[in-house]
Amino acid sequence: MSTTPTQTAPDAIADHEALRKALASTPRPPRPNAASAALTFGWRGMLKVKHVPEQLLDVTITPVMFVLMFTYLFGGAIAGSTGEYLDYILPGILVMSVLFTTVYSGIALNTDLTKGVVDRFRSLPMWRPAPLVGALLGDSVRYLLAGTVIVVLGVILGYRPDAGVPGVLAALALVIVFAFGLSWVFTTLGLLMRSPNAVMNAGFMGIFPLTFLSNVFVDPETLPSALEAFVDVNPISILATASRGLMEGSASGGDIAIVLATAAGLTAVFGPLTMRLYQRGVA
Amino acid sequence: MTTYSPLAIEASGLVKSFGDVKAVDGVDLAVRRGSVYGVLGPNGAGKTTAIRMLATLLRPDAGSARVFGHDIVKEAEAVRGKVSLTGQMASVDEDLTGRENLILLGRLLGLKRVDAKARANELLEAFGLADAASRLVKQYSGGMRRRLDIAASIVVTPELMFLDEPTTGLDPRSRNQVWDIIRALVGEGTTILLCTQYLDEADQLAEGIAVIDRGKVIAEGTPAQLKASVGSGALHVRLLDPEQRPEAERVLARELGEVRLEPDPAALSASCSDADRAAEAVAALSRSGVRIAGFSLGQPSLDEVFLALTGHPAEEQGPEDATTTQEEQAA
Repeated sequence: MSTTPTQTAPDAIADHEALRKALASTPRPPRPNAASAALTFGWRGMLKVKHVPEQLLDVTITPVMFVLMFTYLFGGAIAGSTGEYLDYILPGILVMSVLFTTVYSGIALNTDLTKGVVDRFRSLPMWRPAPLVGALLGDSVRYLLAGTVIVVLGVILGYRPDAGVPGVLAALALVIVFAFGLSWVFTTLGLLMRSPNAVMNAGFMGIFPLTFLSNVFVDPETLPSALEAFVDVNPISILATASRGLMEGSASGGDIAIVLATAAGLTAVFGPLTMRLYQRGVA
Repeated sequence: MTTYSPLAIEASGLVKSFGDVKAVDGVDLAVRRGSVYGVLGPNGAGKTTAIRMLATLLRPDAGSARVFGHDIVKEAEAVRGKVSLTGQMASVDEDLTGRENLILLGRLLGLKRVDAKARANELLEAFGLADAASRLVKQYSGGMRRRLDIAASIVVTPELMFLDEPTTGLDPRSRNQVWDIIRALVGEGTTILLCTQYLDEADQLAEGIAVIDRGKVIAEGTPAQLKASVGSGALHVRLLDPEQRPEAERVLARELGEVRLEPDPAALSASCSDADRAAEAVAALSRSGVRIAGFSLGQPSLDEVFLALTGHPAEEQGPEDATTTQEEQAA
């Protein structure tokens, strides 16, 4: 290789003075507190939605299709009339729609890991769980959006829950809390799988049957007894029942407690697991 | 317990294995504060793994290291407060704009919203990215991405900066821009650990160089020492008239010693690493009536350094070395 004279390309850095000034030591500010760091990551999640709004389509269009298809195609056969079936299925689809969205938390995390940016985050002096907690906070906004779309669609189609707006809000809140807990499972998966696609496949392979083998779509009393036994203890069934109850003003405290306990349990197990995997930086 | 150390990095016996292959196998390093230290080696030699350990991203299997006196394992948090990392894959968020990336980093480092915005704009301006500030990073060119990456590393000026192959894949102009920035950074007192595959890059920027091969440091010294230990570079001469090559060969042999005839009948080269002596030799050629079309003084390439130091060429290492991909992935 021949030596080239050291040259300053004429169009290199436009302004050496500005460069020097920008490089001059900036004093290090105090480290941000945990909440501020997590919220900053939540903001990052929102920015991504802003730049790539299409990513919301998959999580909203699918449930909308499900509502329309199930209500008008199967509603008459399953519940006798589409109107009655809508009352049954809408809270269920709300659950399904939000829980499907949680898979995307794992996909997003895995996508991050395949890029270099996570290395930078991990080398920053900040509250260690901030990137994960923040991302899930941001995702909660998406869960809220997915839930809202379903409720609005239901109202348009004639769904009038007995417990009114407060009931709907309570159901939405319960579903989002559960989703927050469940999403730790998918972030763990996101850290274990090799590619975003693998996370998607594995995630839906798990969440799809779990959702269908619940009381989201049909009353389990019509099922074979072994299946009915499973459906009855499936946390997604309990969540769907609790949401229906909240919307109709007949929720059982026991169901709500089970849902909250399950969410707490999932967070307690998979939260720290996700953290450990994230620190290790394996993908 | 931290005592002042004149060293920014002191590592001894660092080891890291992936599976049963040792990516880093007993690396010692001593990097003086305020200097640029080059770590030179081919892909898969263990450079990235070594950097990732020092930046607290990987836990060493054995050995220890201190960064400004802080243990990289026991005092990882303190180390993180002093370093910043520019990874081999650009460590910026492709789905955000350049400005958003810098604001994000500023906020995460503890700047107030207003200050983070002001600092982002200042850096975008200084790094020639102001026009592209509102564009998504995935639309940036390689050179712009690198500059943004470095800007992101200095939102708050670090005391030590890890630069992992900052110019790999860049065109010569972007490369010069990155070199300019590195020089300016050092001018402001930042210590830099520079991993590179290019001897001339290390030569241009670094005060000390460690050559790393298969996870081990195989040579260390100043660029001059290293090149001297390797042997010399070469003066390449092209003649206008191939007929004059025997005459040119005679003159160069007298001036510089060993002469090599190139496959091109008008070209020849002679061992030489000293620019003054090369100039003398060229002058002697022209005095003796040899007409010269062009000449250049070449440095020994990384290939030659490797060949001289290890006896094997600096290819992506060994067919048995499955860690190359593993390390790249871990990176």
